[in-house]
Amino acid sequence: MADKKEYKVVGTRPIRHDGVDKVTGRALYGADFHAVGLLHGRVLRSPHAHARIKSIDTSRAEAHPGVRAVVTAKDFPEVEDKIADLGEGAANLKDLQDNVLAGDKVLYKGHQVAAVAAIDPHTAEEALELIDVEYEVLPPVIKVLDAMQEDAPLLHEAMKTDEMGEKADKPSNIASHFQHKQGDLEKGFAEADVVVEHEYTTETVHQGYIEPHNATALYNADGHLTIWCSTQGAFAVREQVSEILQLPVSKIKVVPMEIGGGFGGKIQVYIKPIAAMLSMKTGKPVKVLMSRADVFEGTGPTPGSYVRVKMGATKDGHITAAEAYLAFEAGAYPGSPVGAAAFCVFSPYKVENGQVDGYDVVVNKPKTAAYRAPGATNAAFAAETVIDEICEKIGMDPLEFRILNSAKQGDIRIDGPPTPHVGFVETVEAAKDHPHYSAPLEGENRGRGVASGYWPNFGMASSVAINVTADGTISLVEGSTDIGGTRAAIAMQAAEVLGIPAESVTPSVVDTDSVGYTAVTGGSRTAFATGYAAYEAAQDVKRQMVERAAKLWEVAPEEVQFADGMFSTVNGKEQEIDFKGLAARLDETGGPIVGRGTANPDQPGPSIGVHVVDVEVDPDTGKIDILRYTATQDAGKAVHPSYVEGQIQGGAVQGIGWALNEEYIYNEKGEMTNASFLDYRIPTCLDLPMIDAVIVEVPNPGHPFGVRGVGETPIIAPPAAIANAVYRAIGVRLKELPMSPGRVLKTMGKI
Amino acid sequence: MRAFEYVSAKTVAEATSLLYEKGDQAKPLAGGTDLIVMVRENRRQLDRMVDIKALPETNVLSYSPDTGLSLGAAVPCHEIYADDAISAAYPGLIDAAKIIGGTAIQGRASVGGNLCNASPAADTIPPLIVLGAICVIAGPNGSTREVPVEQFCTGPGQTVLENGEFLVSFKIPPPPRNSSSFYLRFIPRNEMDIAVVGAGASVVLDDTKTSFVSARIGLAAVAPTPLLAEEAGGSLAGQEVSDDAINAAAEAAQAIARPISDMRGTAEQRTHLVGVLTRRALTGAIQRVKEA
Repeated sequence: MADKKEYKVVGTRPIRHDGVDKVTGRALYGADFHAVGLLHGRVLRSPHAHARIKSIDTSRAEAHPGVRAVVTAKDFPEVEDKIADLGEGAANLKDLQDNVLAGDKVLYKGHQVAAVAAIDPHTAEEALELIDVEYEVLPPVIKVLDAMQEDAPLLHEAMKTDEMGEKADKPSNIASHFQHKQGDLEKGFAEADVVVEHEYTTETVHQGYIEPHNATALYNADGHLTIWCSTQGAFAVREQVSEILQLPVSKIKVVPMEIGGGFGGKIQVYIKPIAAMLSMKTGKPVKVLMSRADVFEGTGPTPGSYVRVKMGATKDGHITAAEAYLAFEAGAYPGSPVGAAAFCVFSPYKVENGQVDGYDVVVNKPKTAAYRAPGATNAAFAAETVIDEICEKIGMDPLEFRILNSAKQGDIRIDGPPTPHVGFVETVEAAKDHPHYSAPLEGENRGRGVASGYWPNFGMASSVAINVTADGTISLVEGSTDIGGTRAAIAMQAAEVLGIPAESVTPSVVDTDSVGYTAVTGGSRTAFATGYAAYEAAQDVKRQMVERAAKLWEVAPEEVQFADGMFSTVNGKEQEIDFKGLAARLDETGGPIVGRGTANPDQPGPSIGVHVVDVEVDPDTGKIDILRYTATQDAGKAVHPSYVEGQIQGGAVQGIGWALNEEYIYNEKGEMTNASFLDYRIPTCLDLPMIDAVIVEVPNPGHPFGVRGVGETPIIAPPAAIANAVYRAIGVRLKELPMSPGRVLKTMGKI
Repeated sequence: MRAFEYVSAKTVAEATSLLYEKGDQAKPLAGGTDLIVMVRENRRQLDRMVDIKALPETNVLSYSPDTGLSLGAAVPCHEIYADDAISAAYPGLIDAAKIIGGTAIQGRASVGGNLCNASPAADTIPPLIVLGAICVIAGPNGSTREVPVEQFCTGPGQTVLENGEFLVSFKIPPPPRNSSSFYLRFIPRNEMDIAVVGAGASVVLDDTKTSFVSARIGLAAVAPTPLLAEEAGGSLAGQEVSDDAINAAAEAAQAIARPISDMRGTAEQRTHLVGVLTRRALTGAIQRVKEA
């Protein structure tokens, strides 16, 4: 392992700053927000998966007592047909607008069609029933391979495939096709002693955040719009609402409330522009809440997919060639994470001869959104189970195979860039050395499986301001929604620089008027990039404090040192003062100190995870039980190890859910039939063993403390690891997700 | 949710007339764990909810080894399984009462409500069927009638209750000597699910506990209503306790299943599971007799 530095605060486990508020129920979430004169908005959604809107008559709803306003797509301003960058993912503005309120067509059941503001939620709900929408129902297309057929019903009649930059002649549901290529594929496969190729399918799955979307908007008479909401990125909300409603960003203030989970699903806006439009019409604050069914049917899940992987290897375990065909469901508008899937699918490995084809395909499902390492899980399910079969065929330990084939720094990936500094080998070794891997696994129908997951991580822009308080503490102002304990992780990085305890930092996540631009909490970037900005802001404070000490002692700033929390000078005067002491003397040395830090770091450092799982399969019912689970992951440097462990455990649990039971189930009309947590089955605590999270630390050279993002990687490996374990338990390889009891029985030939 | 009237009935007669007045726009309310959710989610609109859980008749819970169990329709699950004598006498019913919702729900949810909701997948109905439970129904003008549980449901959400009628209580006969019961369901997770298939069994064995005197098998989620698998249970009478006899009964149970495919499972999966669960329910009940 690389050299490890010793830190005083980074790497410890202080109590999180927002902990008391959260455990006592005092933290304020979007649904808690209240304002005088508040109106309640509700949204009418399409009952059809695919239909043309012939007419919308809102007159009966408008006349209903208690109704204050009704909006439809007609109330939108005109927007350009252009691509907007939304932080994690991008979207065409017309599509974004059309997704918020349908224009000519509805493209999925749950698509927002109109909205009402009324004096109470029940009146608003009643009024929805009085909106008359005339539909011409069209045949839906739900599965990616069906949508790719030439005679498939078209969602967007004018859309033509972008074929490696060139537009095709005929309209199609295939929005784009790209290809990455390296080496000589044919030669590679010819050199192989073993070639394994399989087809895989995965179904649409949702992030399943516990808190539904919410938004309260107030459009003031002076033309200022304020939105209080649950979001992963207040600035991303500001940008999208600005574009959709054609308001200048400077007129919009977004106040991020606490968030009850996001996992990528709370970046795109749905009801926020609607709350704003209803407030513009009424002049009152309007609050819009989603139900759980609204969340499932109307917000972005992650795509279902068809993946084909072919890999060749020599008898001694060297990969000679690898090929992947990735077709992803984008949902109703282009923009699936197939691109990310393509750069993750073989990235842990050195592949000299490879080809990856990606297809972004629209279907009559909600427009997909980011979900924790978007695209990577679908791809890894295929690639990591193909590798398992190769290992079985050549008789090699699957972890040895991964060490042997691991990509080293500088190895060129199929998609072009060189592999950055990674801790893959160290992470595999941690799994191999863990007592779990060598523990005997006895009993019938039990098996152990392993798999890896790779995620590149992201940097992007963050801003932090630090105010020094006279009592020797600092207040730290940041713009990153705290989903997984990042207030603490960011505060700790500032504390480390200033030689003060984590408890001496008061971190606040503030609105878009009160902090510099900060990109979304996503891409595993927050502890890394906003932490980096906090490091810079703390350095700025330190520099100014050094100047103040110099002033106090009448020496040159260069003659002041700062170490271990003490400012000192040795040049004949032998003075020293700690941070707290100096903070009390700011008034007499020139006034307040405000430190500022911005960051846009470009070396986020990929994070790799290796998971080991033991399962038991009931051969009569097809039910898979998880007996034991160990997840190792390179965190670079774990700032707050408890929250890193929490991320690894949480990601593994979501991956287990995806593996076992989570899926959107559709009927022949294209309607989701399980839009509730009763029938959309995320794992409960009774379905899971304790997840043993093992942190590996191979410092990232792109961060002052060596931090790598950790949030997304742990969801990638579980489906493949579990499929590999199931094979060892019952001798059949599952190639469809989820591996629900019915699918297991079917694969076993029992039904 | 539309506004509706709530009335807490003080007598059985008041309840029946309050219900009768509003016809299908009125519903009796006990624990409310199904009804309130349906109304809140606009899956059901009502003019009136008639609360029947303040009536002494719907709260009765008395057991004697001679006369059996009298179980009020509004008695919540937790009161049933908190009673040791009832738990020992009707373990199959307890199996079901303990898996309906979580602990908090079991503090409100009643077995009577579970039956009246008439879900094909209701967990307590197969054990009620195999235990030979009889429904005591009150109607307008002081009328009462009794209906065996297996005849109570007529379709998903549909029951034999006529306008103004409501379920007051159950009568469950005392358990015969050398008998026991068992219920289990298959769900994809370990909690928080509705049965893909449910199976209940009651068995009476001879004194040597090696032969069946009689058996009853009840199934859930494999037809529009929960089913009494009469032939399957009947096939065991007089047979030696053996895998062959149990397998034959399981096959007979599979033969009457007519499941649908939906978001909880396919028809093929359900038919397969009827066999698996019937075997497991019978084996579980036999085991309990042997252990007693």
